[in-house]
Amino acid sequence: MEFLYYMGDVFTPINFGLLLLGTIGGLILGATPGLSPTMAVALLIPFTFQLEPQQGLILLGAAYTSTVAGGAVSAILLKIPGAPANIATTLDGHAMATKGEGAKALQLSFISSAVGGVFGVLLLIFLTPVLAQWALAFGPSHLFWLAILGVTVIGTLDSSSVVKGLLSGCIGLWLATIGFDDIMGAQRFIFHPAVSGGINVIPALIGLFAIPQVITMFTKGRSSDDAEIISVQKHPIRLAFVEVFKRKMALTIGTVTGSIIGLIPGVGGQIAGLVAYDQSKKFSKESEKFGTGHSEGVIAAESANNAMVGPSLVPLLTLSIPGSPTAAVLLGGLLIHGIFPGPDLFMNYPQVAWTFIDSMLIGQILMCIFGLYIAGFAANVARVPHAVMAAIVLGLAVFGSYSVQNSMGDVYVMATLGLAMYFLERFGFSAAPLVLGLILGPIAEANFIQGSMIANATVGTGTYFFTGWLNWFLILIVLASISYSIWMEIMSRRYTTKDDAVAKEEALS
Amino acid sequence: MKNWIAGAALALAAMTGQAYADGHGDYPERPIMMMVSYGAGGATDFQARIVTMTAGNEDALGMPIAIVNRPGAGGRVGWNWLATEAEADGYTLGAYNIPHFVAQSIEGGVSYSTDSFEPIANWGADPAVFVVGADSAFNSMEDVVNYANENPGGLTFSGAGLFVGHHIAALQLEKAAGVKLAYIPNNAGGAGAMRAVIAGEVLGGVNNLSDAFRAQAAGNVKILGVFDLERNTEFLPDVPTMVEQGFDIDNASVNFRGVMVPKGTPQPIIDKLAATVPAMFENSRVQSRMAAGGSPMQIMTRDEVLEMWAARQETLEELLAGL
Repeated sequence: MEFLYYMGDVFTPINFGLLLLGTIGGLILGATPGLSPTMAVALLIPFTFQLEPQQGLILLGAAYTSTVAGGAVSAILLKIPGAPANIATTLDGHAMATKGEGAKALQLSFISSAVGGVFGVLLLIFLTPVLAQWALAFGPSHLFWLAILGVTVIGTLDSSSVVKGLLSGCIGLWLATIGFDDIMGAQRFIFHPAVSGGINVIPALIGLFAIPQVITMFTKGRSSDDAEIISVQKHPIRLAFVEVFKRKMALTIGTVTGSIIGLIPGVGGQIAGLVAYDQSKKFSKESEKFGTGHSEGVIAAESANNAMVGPSLVPLLTLSIPGSPTAAVLLGGLLIHGIFPGPDLFMNYPQVAWTFIDSMLIGQILMCIFGLYIAGFAANVARVPHAVMAAIVLGLAVFGSYSVQNSMGDVYVMATLGLAMYFLERFGFSAAPLVLGLILGPIAEANFIQGSMIANATVGTGTYFFTGWLNWFLILIVLASISYSIWMEIMSRRYTTKDDAVAKEEALS
Repeated sequence: MKNWIAGAALALAAMTGQAYADGHGDYPERPIMMMVSYGAGGATDFQARIVTMTAGNEDALGMPIAIVNRPGAGGRVGWNWLATEAEADGYTLGAYNIPHFVAQSIEGGVSYSTDSFEPIANWGADPAVFVVGADSAFNSMEDVVNYANENPGGLTFSGAGLFVGHHIAALQLEKAAGVKLAYIPNNAGGAGAMRAVIAGEVLGGVNNLSDAFRAQAAGNVKILGVFDLERNTEFLPDVPTMVEQGFDIDNASVNFRGVMVPKGTPQPIIDKLAATVPAMFENSRVQSRMAAGGSPMQIMTRDEVLEMWAARQETLEELLAGL
């Protein structure tokens, strides 16, 4: 209960002021497309030079938690995921916003973010020593199987047919091979200097999700401008709380999946939301409603990506190994003040460590309050005329892609992928499986190569990848996931008929 | 009249010519950008931010230096950009990592070499060390090499990637001990390589002294040897060098970090930077922050760096020739 002892430190005027600043600033940065949590935290590091260690970490911790949640704002209102963590939120969140339920979607997302986030931080507080072992348990062979598990999700994720889902997943996997390969440094498909570093996930995300939508808005032209009036419904906050806690299944799956996956170094944040979304779709009684603006989709995705925040810091705080890019930036923030994270961190610097964790706990709640406050009027974005909206989204898309590494090359990549995606969508392909392929490709490949190098030097490839309970456990889930997809396919015979395609076209426009 | 105009024009041309030649006297007139070819939060990025934080002071450059990250492919993306696309106007600097970019240029497939850049000054030297898990049976390099002799090619050890300092150290160890080892490059850099050692996925690893020092302080690893000419008295006075343990290994794998500019940057600007930047690294605030972060400093002037680059080029060409 030591964390309660230091809780008071969070509420001194300066510390609380910084906490507010970090939370509000984080929400704004998070809602800006292209500014991922990692970038937001890196941007704030110079400001902590001048602060006490404790104050600096409060600022960084608050910014981290609220940028993850802030990403949902652009995902829901603009269909641009702020970071890979928010991909799953676009699927149902944006569908809700176009139905005029933007306020409800935002409220649900902030409440479930807070629930997931608080749970994740509590895990960090109470179970850190146990979790540290878990974070070390995942070697190359396990990460490989985990990535394969992700691949099995591709087919069933937001697509009118499993085959088309798998095909767009394959396009994503191919895109992931472009550039220098991670381990051997071989050059692959580098046909233009802009892609020599590979396809960066953030510009790809922006292009694949935002550009098809911009083109659709432009093609509709002026004629239909006044034909379509979206009435933005007001949604009382009380009802949002009722809704979140009524959807216990989605909330539980999201929170638990997010916490477990968040722990695994190097994989966590990017796929936590998607896996949680897919799982709650499979377990839900109303799985056919997913993708059409169903509240469970938003709840599962957002509770998962915030639940991941606390556990993702476990390897950093106990083993001194940053498990994610954001944790690496936080490590810099600690080192700059001469604080070395490790098992004695809580003994040597209890004041800094506990206040940091407490501020993340309070930050989650503040983030939720501010989020709910802005949700009401932010939802009016849906009322902006299409022509204006298209211009704004296009501007943000260019700005967001450029800002990732100040490179025009990324803007070209964004535009090219976006244009290609517009045509793919006409044929019933969707962006989410493609992005998942892009994210999982390098994880599966690098871990397979590393694993087989270790295996060749020691026990042999077969033994290395097929022994140990964790390998078998993951393989069994992979098999279960595949059989479930096949069974569902046979049961419902999902085809894209001409009528479906027309219906989808109309839903898009 | 005609003559007068011609004369005036000539004078004007001479004046502008003069002004052009001396036009760098006011340098820098606007903030400077420094490209770091690794991601935010990595050791190079972290140190680059600290050593440039006093650039805006009157006694330094008088203008702040902003760090821009261009990560990818072990640094190749950033250095390719600096060599081919960056403007050589003195407002674009780059951070270098030796031996990484020299080894990569020898390996080929990139558009830079030591001739593409002009060094300004060196700020840090981070030697590679050999680490094993805290509960490992190995207690010296001799134990490690004995194991490798009994299991040729069976000693797995991790490092940050191919053609980086850790890989060079691994090659040197293989050559000096005359055994075959299994070097496993990690896709998640030094942090990933360290995790593999702590988790017991590999039997040992080559890692940065600064990171290993922290991991040892946390009780996760043992450090068995330093790949440098001398022991590190500041952080690891008790860890012997490879030479002390009977392996003929020099400091070719030491990770030198410093500032450079693309070739073609005007000479007056290079001179001005070469004069002011080392002094900027000497700043006591910089020194104390670097020490707090566990980052060993080694300040070298432009001439010393030029010499070091040439020496590395030679050693690495020889070492990598057999690959």
